Amino acid sequence: MAFYELANPHRFMTLARWLVPVCAAAAVALLAIGLVLGFRAPADYQQGETVRIMYIHVPAAWLGLGIYTLMAIAALGTLVWRHPLADVAAKAAAPIGAGFTLICLLTGALWGRPMWGAYWVWDARLTSMLVLFLLYLGILALWRAIEEPGQAGRAVAILTLVGLINVPIVKFSVDWWNTLHQPASVFRIDGPTIHPAILTPLLVMALGFAALFLALHLAAMRNEILRRRVRTLRLLAAAEAC
Amino acid sequence: MIAPLRAVFLRDLRIAFRVGGGAGIGVVFFLALVTVIPFAVGPDLPLLARIGPAVLWIGALLASLLGLDRIFSADHEDGSLDVMLLAPAPLELIAAAKGAAHWVATGLPLVIAAPLLGLLLGLEPALLGAITLTLLLGTPALTFLGLVGAALAVALPRGGLLVAVLILPLTIPVLIFGVAATVGAAGGPVPFDMPLRLVGALSLVTFVIGPVAAAAAIRNIRD
Repeated sequence: MAFYELANPHRFMTLARWLVPVCAAAAVALLAIGLVLGFRAPADYQQGETVRIMYIHVPAAWLGLGIYTLMAIAALGTLVWRHPLADVAAKAAAPIGAGFTLICLLTGALWGRPMWGAYWVWDARLTSMLVLFLLYLGILALWRAIEEPGQAGRAVAILTLVGLINVPIVKFSVDWWNTLHQPASVFRIDGPTIHPAILTPLLVMALGFAALFLALHLAAMRNEILRRRVRTLRLLAAAEAC
Repeated sequence: MIAPLRAVFLRDLRIAFRVGGGAGIGVVFFLALVTVIPFAVGPDLPLLARIGPAVLWIGALLASLLGLDRIFSADHEDGSLDVMLLAPAPLELIAAAKGAAHWVATGLPLVIAAPLLGLLLGLEPALLGAITLTLLLGTPALTFLGLVGAALAVALPRGGLLVAVLILPLTIPVLIFGVAATVGAAGGPVPFDMPLRLVGALSLVTFVIGPVAAAAAIRNIRD
């Protein structure tokens, strides 16, 4: 099926009807396997059992960033290609992305308490994620501020793209600010030294999170299309009643 | 093509400085904000001098957010925006002219007031010059970022708070490098000129992105 054929909302609805349960089932299976693998993986010699928070924290962070990228692509779809489903996809993705970013921040706080002795430190990565969360909240606020869906979609698309241009600048400036104010002595999870015993459950969890996102996103898109149909029908009914 | 831009620029300046224009309110807010700080942290002059550059930058940032939502919405309400859409100059350049006028009416007074308010915070005279320079280079970035928010909220009856929420996260880099440059000027661990140049760079980048995005947002509600 070609990409443009998906532009037909009706065809999308029939596709989503069987894709949502498939993605949901894949998410349940992958998350179950990932959690079992995560609990059977060896504990870190420095961090002990708390390292297992990573299996939720890191995939949530990846998705938080990835969903913003998806929204930016959808924004291009809205503004450049005028794809009729692009703003539906962007609108459905925004609260889910904000949710994953919030999960990342909350698990990060829970992880930080035993590791750094504080729920929050102004570490460069945490701060960048917090700024991303603020961007998500701004986008959600703009969605709620403009009543007409098409107009709101184009306004949010412009904001998303301006935000996308800013994300690397924010990232760079926050990293720079962080080295200015405190030495980079905090424990870092990245780098080439990650052991396969930890990497496998992490990747399985990431796939599970991605499948979960797909299921939630498609379901939310379907709901949004239905919501718009209801809105149109109501407007038509109100016009006829006059 | 220059004539309509100059006309828009001068018209916006004239409106801003006349009764109801609200050009001076930003500076008054800036003064009020700086006055309130010592009540919160105590009249400890060494402490105030230490946080002074940050206080001035945050004050200027908040004050420049204040009048943003009126840049386009007043023109939207009285129909002048439709005339501007028909003008012989592209909407992007008209948005840039409006942004420039808004900066002269609200941003520049903040820059001029900053050294006086710095005296209240016990800052060294040499540092006052550095802070004023960073604000001079940085406030255009705040205005032209705000231009995007103003255009997005143009048709909304109560867009003020929304614009602030949309724009504040985007202003973080300007704040970081602006304050860092003043730290460098005060003999801190960073050089003065590198963050200062980045502040200038951010202003130039937003001068390009801001009007383009703002024009796109205005065309959106006119479709």
